Amino acid sequence: MKFLSMYAKFGPVTSALLSASLFVACIAVYLTASHLRHQENPKDKVMPTIGKMWQGVENTAFKGDRKGDYRLWVDTWASAKRLGYSTLLLVLAVWLGLHMGLYPFFEAVFYRFILFFDKVPALALLPILFIIFGLGELSKVMLILLGVFPTIALDTYLRAKAVPREQVIKGRTLGASSAKITYGIVLPQIMPDVLNTIRLNFKAMVLFLIAGESLAATAGLGYRIFVVRRYIAMEIIIPYVIWMSLLAFVADLLIRLWIKKRYTWYQAQ
Amino acid sequence: MNAAPPMLHLEDVYVSYPNRHGEPVMILNDIDLKVSQGEFITVVGPSGCGKSTLLRLILGAEAPTQGAVLLDGKQLDAPNRNRGIVFQKYSLFPHLSVVDNIIFGLDAEAHGMFKGWLQPGKMRQKRRAFREQAQVYLERIGLADAADKFPHELSGGMRQRVAIAQSLIMKPRILLMDEPFGALDHATRTEMQLFILEQWEQAKMTVFFVTHDLEEACFLGSRVMVLSQYYQTDRGRGQGAKIVGDFGTPGGHPKPTDFLYSDEMKQMVNRIRHEGLNPDFLQHIKDFNLTHRDAFRTVDPKEWQGES
Repeated sequence: MKFLSMYAKFGPVTSALLSASLFVACIAVYLTASHLRHQENPKDKVMPTIGKMWQGVENTAFKGDRKGDYRLWVDTWASAKRLGYSTLLLVLAVWLGLHMGLYPFFEAVFYRFILFFDKVPALALLPILFIIFGLGELSKVMLILLGVFPTIALDTYLRAKAVPREQVIKGRTLGASSAKITYGIVLPQIMPDVLNTIRLNFKAMVLFLIAGESLAATAGLGYRIFVVRRYIAMEIIIPYVIWMSLLAFVADLLIRLWIKKRYTWYQAQ
Repeated sequence: MNAAPPMLHLEDVYVSYPNRHGEPVMILNDIDLKVSQGEFITVVGPSGCGKSTLLRLILGAEAPTQGAVLLDGKQLDAPNRNRGIVFQKYSLFPHLSVVDNIIFGLDAEAHGMFKGWLQPGKMRQKRRAFREQAQVYLERIGLADAADKFPHELSGGMRQRVAIAQSLIMKPRILLMDEPFGALDHATRTEMQLFILEQWEQAKMTVFFVTHDLEEACFLGSRVMVLSQYYQTDRGRGQGAKIVGDFGTPGGHPKPTDFLYSDEMKQMVNRIRHEGLNPDFLQHIKDFNLTHRDAFRTVDPKEWQGES
């Protein structure tokens, strides 16, 4: 069983085939099951065929609905805006974490508070958010933000603290101001790690997005799948789920590529 | 040079840290020290004797529990650009290229963090000038071709050279070095020793060099200082390290490499090893070898009645 050994080596083709195998298997299982179900009941809604799903995609993406909206794009744009705003606001979390790590005052004021805040289940805050901020966009953005803010801030804090003190001292002996040490020495060094953390927390953000949208929204990817669920419209739900995963995967990939390109020194550390 | 007032002056400096029960433990006990400009001081001593603490005092990263640390007559309170430092590790900024590491100080001083962006054209112009200046240093350290490399692409010795250039370009009053060659292999180390002597000669700077290697200390230093907690006073065994030896090295400076293999060198190393590093040999403070022309000390009469 050489291919199972720790020391197995695979060529590029073999390893591509191995990587593809589970995807292919899943699709094959689905198609078979779908086919069997359709043989029994041609109107089966639970496992639509590829053709039906394509129709679902066509109807949502390339044809207007009764109002003339191209739903898939409207939904994607609505969700992307919510995610985008909250991601932009995460800059605050990074800023706060950085300062907590370097300035004792910020550490004293914020550390314990955020540590506690981190333990509050964000979804439990959802009703409160709806009550305070109403059912509009703000409460959904806040939910996403509150859900990951403490994690990002604490992670940045730990990373800023982990930068060797020697670097700060060195900066001072070279005449660097506090601002220069903060934003010119420490921040750039932890930036790739911070980006990675944001990347890994993307999943949680999407989770909060869908939770918010499922309860109160008029458009959005999460909103849509919960609406069409009532009609067991699997031919729409499945493409939507795949589309969401694909978008998340691409976002993740872009950040990874950016880190690789922008922070060449980081990989070799 | 001797007539000039000492640039660095430490008097009656004590440092103690609380141990884990909260009781103070003396690390440095009554350190008196004067340093003239242009001296190459090496500091040796048993591990844990407080060499690095002394260095941090001069750096300003730490304040003495008691006593005065003066640079050019002014009490030190924080690290600043008057004292450059080279650590054993973490000296370079990993996210900056070699040339950007070297011009970091000049750039920080001229442009701050955000100030430079008010006049981006001027900043670019100045940075170009800084890079040209850095090129001179890069040539001096023999790394002219490595300007655009990142620290992780350099060997340990190269990194330390860059760290030295990075400090030197700021023309500090004193260059502090904390076991800078401790992590290097023997050959690189010898090469770096010659390198730092060359730089010292060229820049006419003052160096304060902490090491645990006695040969290195005797070879590099124009003045060797032995810090040790193994000594006794009239009241018995001493607490916390004192300067137990402070003497000039013979034969001019810098020394030819043959000096490393000379009898004088062997004698000096053996003497330091015996008087400073041997925990079973407790020299009385009256016998300390404080023969350097700048050496001085204030003696607590409780520790030694003899001196008037």
